[in-house]
Amino acid sequence: MRLVLEKRTERSHAIALISPMIAIGLTIVTMTILFAILGKNPLLALQAYFIAPLTDGYSLQEIAVKATPLVMIAIGLSLCYLANAWNIGAEGQFLVGAVAGSWIAVKTQGTDAGAWVLPAMFVLAAAAGALYALIPAICKVRFGASEILTSLMLVYVADLLLDYLVRGPWRDPNGFNFPTTADFDPVATVPLLIEGGRLHLGSIIALLVVAAAAILLGRTIKGFEIRVVGAAPRAARFGGFNANQLIILTFAVSGALAGLAGIIEVAGPIGHLQPGISPGYGFTAIIVAFLGRLNPLGILIAGLFLALTFIGGEQAQIAMKIPLDVTKVFQGILLFYVLACDSLILYRFKLVFPNRQVARGAG
Amino acid sequence: MELVEAIILSVLSASTPLLIAATGELVTERSGVLNLGVEGMMIVGAACGFAGAWLTGSIFIGALFGIIAGMLMSLIFALMALGLAVNQVATGLALTIFGIGLSGLIGAGFVGERIAPAIHLYIPGLTDIPLIGRVLFGQDAFVYFSIALIIAVWWFLYRTRAGLILRACGDNHVSAHALGYPVLRIRTFAVMFGGACAGLAGAYLPLAYTPFFVPGMTAGRGWIALALVVFSSWRPGRLVVGAYLFGAVTILQLHAQGWGVGIPSQFMSALPYLATIIVLVLLSRARTGGSTAPAALGTVFVPDR
Repeated sequence: MRLVLEKRTERSHAIALISPMIAIGLTIVTMTILFAILGKNPLLALQAYFIAPLTDGYSLQEIAVKATPLVMIAIGLSLCYLANAWNIGAEGQFLVGAVAGSWIAVKTQGTDAGAWVLPAMFVLAAAAGALYALIPAICKVRFGASEILTSLMLVYVADLLLDYLVRGPWRDPNGFNFPTTADFDPVATVPLLIEGGRLHLGSIIALLVVAAAAILLGRTIKGFEIRVVGAAPRAARFGGFNANQLIILTFAVSGALAGLAGIIEVAGPIGHLQPGISPGYGFTAIIVAFLGRLNPLGILIAGLFLALTFIGGEQAQIAMKIPLDVTKVFQGILLFYVLACDSLILYRFKLVFPNRQVARGAG
Repeated sequence: MELVEAIILSVLSASTPLLIAATGELVTERSGVLNLGVEGMMIVGAACGFAGAWLTGSIFIGALFGIIAGMLMSLIFALMALGLAVNQVATGLALTIFGIGLSGLIGAGFVGERIAPAIHLYIPGLTDIPLIGRVLFGQDAFVYFSIALIIAVWWFLYRTRAGLILRACGDNHVSAHALGYPVLRIRTFAVMFGGACAGLAGAYLPLAYTPFFVPGMTAGRGWIALALVVFSSWRPGRLVVGAYLFGAVTILQLHAQGWGVGIPSQFMSALPYLATIIVLVLLSRARTGGSTAPAALGTVFVPDR
């Protein structure tokens, strides 16, 4: 018996819509088995992971807060992936954006600077993220160096840069030697949407980004070009679309969004710059982009779902002592299933039994 | 002189995991498969290798655990990328994300534990020769194994019929298939070999490099191994040069910190990653007259029956 793939003559649109759902279902089945192996009651664990965070207002806000960077980064990545450009260094662009934006916050600390501080931080962070993403893009376009490897190497470099700054020049002198900057001034902080809550302006920005991406991809020539270059490079060449230019553009946009997400995270929920500002947002956003089928609205839903797994993972750790790494295992398994189910869109799976194959050959 | 000897010894030690992992990936890529999950397979190999050695007290069994773990991980990749024809880049990334989580889960119980690291060879007389004695005859078994491995791979690829068929699959899977070679099966074996090597390379870290396990201890070595394969232009000989060059950069960085060079340690630590980028750019630039990569690298192949 062996599995054989048969190419569909047409992409299956029905499966394209339900495949993420199948993937989530399969992931939950797999997780149930994993919980049982870990010696935890699977039902209680699933409840802690997926139901408990939805039952109180605080957790719901936390989900929105966690989804904000994921959605923003994933929207940018989806543009790259649609254009067949493999930016997988969003984590580094996120960190560099956080560092660049924090520079203004650190320099204006205690100076009674005006309301210009936060917008300036946003602009600088987006610019820095874009420039950082342009390094692999230009290396790719000019020299043909693999953007996958170069963008990833830059993640480690950004991590070390952040580490250097908060341990060295930007360290809070009153911080008891902890590697962190002082808490940002109120003018350098992202405003909250609910008094005393956790939800902040960044979530609105993320929604705007989703809307902008939907318009770009659905209603503009540039969006069309991006999709054609990715889906049919030959047709794009005949159409006179410049693939290299699109690599540069999508990388820059994606870097800018990751950088913006970085400063929003630091100037919002965290409030100061320190190592470990990202629990792997840049990598999880890759899963968000694929789970959302590289579609802006899909990414919004996928981002909320993966945020749920982060919050659920924390709750499961507190309530049931389930290790936090289970969340990463979960996310990895989810990505496997998403990709496997995507294969159903292009192919029909058939199990072939050798004896029957002979029979068919004879007939 | 002792310092020079110490540096050479540590360079060999730092290069070995890169060389082993890159050798595996070289074979995988030569068969036409781009497995970006090396980092994930390595890190699971590190956790399983340490677990195996800690539980049994044997470095050899630890290494075996690492190899098996890497192979199992690569089987997931083979099932996805070869069986289900899923995009290889995305599958490789999934393997790395999954591997980092899994390694944390497996290794959680072992953080803070220590084992006796792999012993170094000592041959009375030979190892005592000044200058070259310890460098040539005083390494741990992994170092010799890695050199034997790359020689074996070179011989396999260029001197055997099976190696020729494997390269044919990597250069033109349609023709290889038309000639009746089982492309997907050959690629599956190549991917599993890559997985075994990555697992062993990961296991080397807690078994011989440091005597303990830390989450995330591969620190991007899997990705550097991938870059090394590009650096080598998919040739075993250049791979050895590349691996030792990168091992040297890693060690230079460590020693510079020790010598009290007035540069912040983080900048020195960034050196191997920056070196990787520079090497990739220089090489890709030098190779203007067509790429030397296997022609079918990273492409999906679904045989029509």
